[in-house]
Amino acid sequence: MDHLLVMPIILPLFAGLAILWKRDASARFKRLVSLSAMVLLVAVSVALVTLASDDTIRYYALGDWQPPFGIVMVLDRLSALMVLLTSVLALFAGLYACAGQDEEGSNFYGLFQLQLMGINGAFMTGDLFNLFVFFEVLLIASYALLMHGGGKARTQSGLHYVALNLAGSSLFLIALGVLYGTLGTLNMADMAQKVATLDTSSAGLTMAAGLLLLTVFALKSAMLPLYFWLPRAYAAAPAAVAALFAIMTKVGIYAILRVFSLIFGNHAGALADMASPWIWWGGLATLALAAVGCLSARDMRTLVSYLVLVSVGTLLAAASLPGQQSLSALLYYMPQTTLVTGGLFLLADLIDDQRGKAGARIVKSRPLRQPALLGTLFFIGMAGIAGLPPFSGAIGKAMILQATPEGARVWLWSILLVAGLCAIVAASRAGSTFFWRSSEGEASGPLAGPARGIATAALIGAAPLLALLAGPITQFTDATAEQLDHPARYIDAILNPDPENQAMPMSNSEETP
Amino acid sequence: MEALYATVTGVLTACGIYLTLRGRTFPVVVGLTLLSYAVNLFLFSMGGLASKSTTIVDSSFPYADPLPQALVLTAIVIGFAMTAFVVILAMRTRGDLGSDSVDGQRTDEPREERK
Repeated sequence: MDHLLVMPIILPLFAGLAILWKRDASARFKRLVSLSAMVLLVAVSVALVTLASDDTIRYYALGDWQPPFGIVMVLDRLSALMVLLTSVLALFAGLYACAGQDEEGSNFYGLFQLQLMGINGAFMTGDLFNLFVFFEVLLIASYALLMHGGGKARTQSGLHYVALNLAGSSLFLIALGVLYGTLGTLNMADMAQKVATLDTSSAGLTMAAGLLLLTVFALKSAMLPLYFWLPRAYAAAPAAVAALFAIMTKVGIYAILRVFSLIFGNHAGALADMASPWIWWGGLATLALAAVGCLSARDMRTLVSYLVLVSVGTLLAAASLPGQQSLSALLYYMPQTTLVTGGLFLLADLIDDQRGKAGARIVKSRPLRQPALLGTLFFIGMAGIAGLPPFSGAIGKAMILQATPEGARVWLWSILLVAGLCAIVAASRAGSTFFWRSSEGEASGPLAGPARGIATAALIGAAPLLALLAGPITQFTDATAEQLDHPARYIDAILNPDPENQAMPMSNSEETP
Repeated sequence: MEALYATVTGVLTACGIYLTLRGRTFPVVVGLTLLSYAVNLFLFSMGGLASKSTTIVDSSFPYADPLPQALVLTAIVIGFAMTAFVVILAMRTRGDLGSDSVDGQRTDEPREERK
């Protein structure tokens, strides 16, 4: 059990290496290894969530170098939740790719696993420089995955994506350098402790570095001035990759939540909550522009990309609000929006397949082969994401609206509700064109098939399922929000550990990173 | 020494940003490379510049902060890999789109260097 905390990183690493090692093996072998690794990963993350639910914050010191000197992997409720979300999304995205998409280019599953390793690492790490390293791991895998299968649109959007992220990485390193210069440490818990006692002469410098970090995370999470890469990249990516990318913007949001609640949280003295106004206005502006983008989309993939941005805007605006209630609402809203947008990317690919030349463009075309199945999935997915009851999107949005303090309501309520309306208008236009306004002709596209059908239905099925499970999930997210709101617990758990909290006892040191 | 070091880092960053904002892939790649050089220099200086300290062998002598050195090594390796990748990607873009403009638009203007 002690080593369970590194499993979300080790497992995809070894699965990915095995697949890359045997790169000439049959597709069947790669699919088998990859899928079984992902099923195991889901099991591991369920175990981690159970482990984290007792409210102890555990850490795993790599190579047994104790914090603040060594790199630690930290398991608290938030990171457990994010790892579980990633592994569930990845399992179904990987299952979808089994139906043939993985063979369109080379090394699909190897890269897929390495990307998972990067994402899980980013969620688990307790060291800011290590966060940078895991960001790079997930990015370099995503560069290659984005261009899986090739084609003009992918190459072009890939170039933009790579150039932007390289510039972002440089900013990240500059921010890290300044923070190390002023605080003298890169362990997040230690940084949080040092920020509170920072002398005033270096407060300005630390603040600049903190806001630089916010810029980097805003690029990853696609906040307003930095989101223009997203619709093109996500619309061009292969369906299974686009579905996995639905978690990538959430990595940025997780980093914002972690850094600005732990290091620059309410205890940080002069720098407390310094980023909130930026996140608030950036989130609202993203939400407003993404709603306009939904209306302008001429292709279902672009539409879903803008729906991802709508959810990013909502999450960011909620993240900037004070108090535990909004945090809990945000954490309830995040899983369903991630899973359902992932499912919608898969559905767009199924619709594309059955409509011949028209593809996923919102134009009149020949009828679909399976209108009832795809139509139902489309309806549930879009209703879930736009926030119509009885699906979980409605519950999440209602919780966020309710948690908004009096003064902020006029902004968030109006923009969030109008954005929901725009999403409904755009979705109903797309849906009626796809399913009702078909021209004469024979329905002749390929059937969805079991793997692709199950994967899509399972992800979109999150909308009703998470609504049914709203009770236990909100209990978990309430406790998570409470934990996040008390950074002192995190700091204590890392820097003044009880021997019991430690995932790895001091004596046990045969493991090397 | 600090002034010289800061100037070099600053000039490298400025050149990097200028080139990154150009419209063709080659200057963009060179710009990103310069930017990563500047960042590496900057990281190296983050523990404070010390010209007369030794490496950390014996704590009775003043020693240089070893952490920035470790970090800058990591950053160099990552930056190198990323640069290699973006060079190949730029060549692929040239091949796929038939143009080295970052927007993928064919332009018949002479190359900027020849003006």
